[in-house]
Amino acid sequence: MSPNMVSADMVTNLVAAGGEDGFKTPGVADFWWPLIGGNSPWTLTRPALVLLISVGILGWFFVSVSRKLTVVPGKTQFMAEGAYNFVRNTIGRDIIGTKDFMQFVPLLFTLFTMILVNNLFGIIPFVQFPTMSRVGIPIVLTLIVYIVYHTVAIRRKHGVLPYFKSLIPPGLPGWLKPILFVLEFLTYFVIRPLTLALRLFGNMLAGHLMLLVFIIGGEYLLLHGSNLFLNFSGVLAFGFSIGMTFFELLIEFLQAFIFTLLAALYISDAVSEHH
Amino acid sequence: MYGSIAYLGYGLAAIGPGIGVGLIFAAYINGVARQPEARGMLQTIAFTGMAITEALAILGLVFAFVFQGTNPN
Repeated sequence: MSPNMVSADMVTNLVAAGGEDGFKTPGVADFWWPLIGGNSPWTLTRPALVLLISVGILGWFFVSVSRKLTVVPGKTQFMAEGAYNFVRNTIGRDIIGTKDFMQFVPLLFTLFTMILVNNLFGIIPFVQFPTMSRVGIPIVLTLIVYIVYHTVAIRRKHGVLPYFKSLIPPGLPGWLKPILFVLEFLTYFVIRPLTLALRLFGNMLAGHLMLLVFIIGGEYLLLHGSNLFLNFSGVLAFGFSIGMTFFELLIEFLQAFIFTLLAALYISDAVSEHH
Repeated sequence: MYGSIAYLGYGLAAIGPGIGVGLIFAAYINGVARQPEARGMLQTIAFTGMAITEALAILGLVFAFVFQGTNPN
């Protein structure tokens, strides 16, 4: 059926078939979790539910914190302010520039906190589903960033044609201009949004898949392994999966940071006068 | 035994970005070691460079899923 069968065959040959139907390699199909509505396009899936929960948590947290602000911040206020300062200063002000970064801080802050919470749901017990491992959700986030930076650029350069003209760096010989225009056009309109969405999606999918392989494989080796050596390597796989979980934590922070950083970078390109 | 050679292709495609990301962070560590006060500025540049380099590996990952081919059996 699937190309995963190679490894599955190898594992079932290695481990004398103890289970009923052998080892099933975790694959992309494990990320399809319909909850309500069966298999139609309008199904409420598990990532959709997790996304709604994350939005609820974020809204409740920041509204409740900002309702009772004190001069000397408490623990939760300190946390909220830390996140806000990080996005505002490190990402917003340093990249977009002091002149007009303030109008983009709400967008950047929403992106950062939302992606961070959704990524962390990948390893928080009982939720344990990285929402961004369904490609549709990063695509929507990227679409928002895409529309924002093109709109800002067209407004700043006073029209679509001047915007296209500004894509070509100044001071080039005439014959180079069309070639560079095609390259820059592809970068701005195709490659940037494509990689922005796929980076987040790919990292979350691959990381979660790796955890699945170690945990499911470890369980299989431990319970269905034919000899003591295989059982022991199952325990080892479990131990390794715990280490990988901490590695995932790092990746999840990093991906939320990079997505927001690149969004800010694209906006700063749009805002800047030249190029 | 059958499988998809696309996964092998992805493995090969990951070599280049792997080396590239290594080079970027080597340069970043060098820069911070020589001039610790430039850390904030270098950090942004390093992560931006990493994101651009990593894009190649991610395109490879996606293409590995896209061009899986069909099962001959």
